[in-house]
Amino acid sequence: MKRIAIEPVTRVEGHGKVTILLDAQNRVKQARLHIVEFRGFERFIQGRLFWEVPVIVQRLCGICPVSHHLAGAKAMDQIVGGENLTPTAEKVRRLMHYGQTLQSHALHFFHLCSPDLLFGFDADPAIRNVIGVAAKYPELAVQGVMLRKYGQEIIKVTAGKKIHGTGAIPGGVNKNVSIAERDALLKDLDQNVTWARSALKLAKDYTVEHLETLAPFGSFDSNHLSLVRADGAMDLYHGNLKAIDAAGKAIFDQVDYQNYLDYIAEEVRPWSYMKFPFIKSLGPENGWYRVGPLARLNTAKFIDTPEAEAARKEFVAVTDGKPNNITMAYHWARLIELLHSVEKIKELLHDPDLQGTDLVVKGERRNEGIGLIEAPRGTLFHHYKVNENDQITMANLIVSTTNNNEPMNRAVQRVAADHISGKPEVTEGLLNHVEVAIRAYDPCLSCATHALGKMPLVVELVDCEGKLVDRRAKG
Amino acid sequence: MAKPKVATTSLAGCFGCHMSILDIDERILKLVELVDFDKSPINDIKKFTGRCAVGLIEGGCANEENVEVLREFRKHCDVLIAVGECAIMGDIPAMRNMVPLKECLDEAYLNGPSVYNPSGQVPNDPEIPLLLNKVYPINEVVKIDYFLPGCPPSADTIWQALTALLGGKPVELPYELIKYD
Repeated sequence: MKRIAIEPVTRVEGHGKVTILLDAQNRVKQARLHIVEFRGFERFIQGRLFWEVPVIVQRLCGICPVSHHLAGAKAMDQIVGGENLTPTAEKVRRLMHYGQTLQSHALHFFHLCSPDLLFGFDADPAIRNVIGVAAKYPELAVQGVMLRKYGQEIIKVTAGKKIHGTGAIPGGVNKNVSIAERDALLKDLDQNVTWARSALKLAKDYTVEHLETLAPFGSFDSNHLSLVRADGAMDLYHGNLKAIDAAGKAIFDQVDYQNYLDYIAEEVRPWSYMKFPFIKSLGPENGWYRVGPLARLNTAKFIDTPEAEAARKEFVAVTDGKPNNITMAYHWARLIELLHSVEKIKELLHDPDLQGTDLVVKGERRNEGIGLIEAPRGTLFHHYKVNENDQITMANLIVSTTNNNEPMNRAVQRVAADHISGKPEVTEGLLNHVEVAIRAYDPCLSCATHALGKMPLVVELVDCEGKLVDRRAKG
Repeated sequence: MAKPKVATTSLAGCFGCHMSILDIDERILKLVELVDFDKSPINDIKKFTGRCAVGLIEGGCANEENVEVLREFRKHCDVLIAVGECAIMGDIPAMRNMVPLKECLDEAYLNGPSVYNPSGQVPNDPEIPLLLNKVYPINEVVKIDYFLPGCPPSADTIWQALTALLGGKPVELPYELIKYD
């Protein structure tokens, strides 16, 4: 057996590697995405005070800190009995979240993925990066940078800081949006709407133009899961759980996410620190599902902003109204959401509730809280228990990228089988094909590595003077 | 004259410091005129291609792979900068230093309310790296030349430090840029 490793997987957020095992005829015997980092949030957060949660847990991730901040805050709302937020608090949080989705989607599309689409999957790696894009398509690169910047500015206004802010607190928010802050954001709004439209057009045109080659690329039928609003609309901040199968049939719909444990479990496998979630009624073999932009476009009946809804209709027309199971269609779906986010930002900025002064509510104290949100990469689960001394006693996190663990592995297997198996030589360009399929999911491996693993061997840590500072044997 | 090379990596951290690097926004176009990027998660250079003037390190050391990557950075970079609290102090990942390893394992893979693990086995494949018993700040492993505090340091902090170094000037940052958050 010959082993090929893609290590590290690049132009994704965080740490992962791919291993491919080939037999003597270079046929692929096994292809896996391993998540290789570990942190341990579920355990070490125990003992901390509950009101610290929104600030600590956002350090799971620097790319979508707001999603963790808000999922943690939504769980803590329940602890203080304040989940029915004031209109000001809910709208400030929503604005923060749409800013987050805008910056994360722009980052992913322009900084990380566009080089594959613009230069080709097997282009020279020396130019296959955002700097190469800046050199050849400077206008496009600037648009991407500025769209992301606008999302970050919105986060700064609502959370106090672009990365790891403190805006949400149990039961509400700690500040509103002033007239001056609003006007500063409104000044750049129209320009960003224009850029978002042209970014969406780029993703759509690319997908439609290359549909024949993209449709089978790393693709497979799957279930899809997301939160949806009570009327079936896409909602990135709040909703009920809905899951459909590959043909569009509902597996469950309008499930209160407080009962998520009745519906979702996570399988442990020995070769990855990331667990493998599945729908319990279907079991670990058949119950795995996809989350994120593609899943959301598939589960939502409609989008409640006009331009994104028109774009959604074009998107579903490609698969005759059936769920879209094309892995590479994630990009198109993501850019529809990017435009939706800008439309939502516009709606919210014009809402006078943002200037309200009623920021926090409190009610009956409880000892358990569950907060879900649609993070840029998909459904994000936060679940906590708190004791009478205000300390966390249990934390359970199922992050967006974890939900996509099985699909990413399936995509790796499919691309390896289609593009690498039996080839006399495995080139860098061919290996990048594997990464292209992983990147479609916009995996955030930083978030996904909050779990902690076990060492099968001995490791020694020696400092810069050659002194042994740590030794650890198989435990 | 060839442009100086800059390499970046993320060890045990959240990628927020890399996000803060990107928060230099349109100045990134100016930066790529000043430097060439070598090994970094934002491009596909997976191994060093040559000597680098500056290496930016985010995150602390939580496993053997982090230690190897950090040593490799020290070997290939003239100047190493610890970017952010995880690199400097271990920060949030180092909160696990207070808890016995086995308890963390049991929580993630055996006791969690959504865990399905009939075999009771925790991840142990040779393809996934060994964990250190503690999370270490990077200056306990290799010599570090500069420390930029913050969680993360602001884009302006990173920009001013980097451009001063590349211009051969002393790194002198005002209080506003180095105060912790």
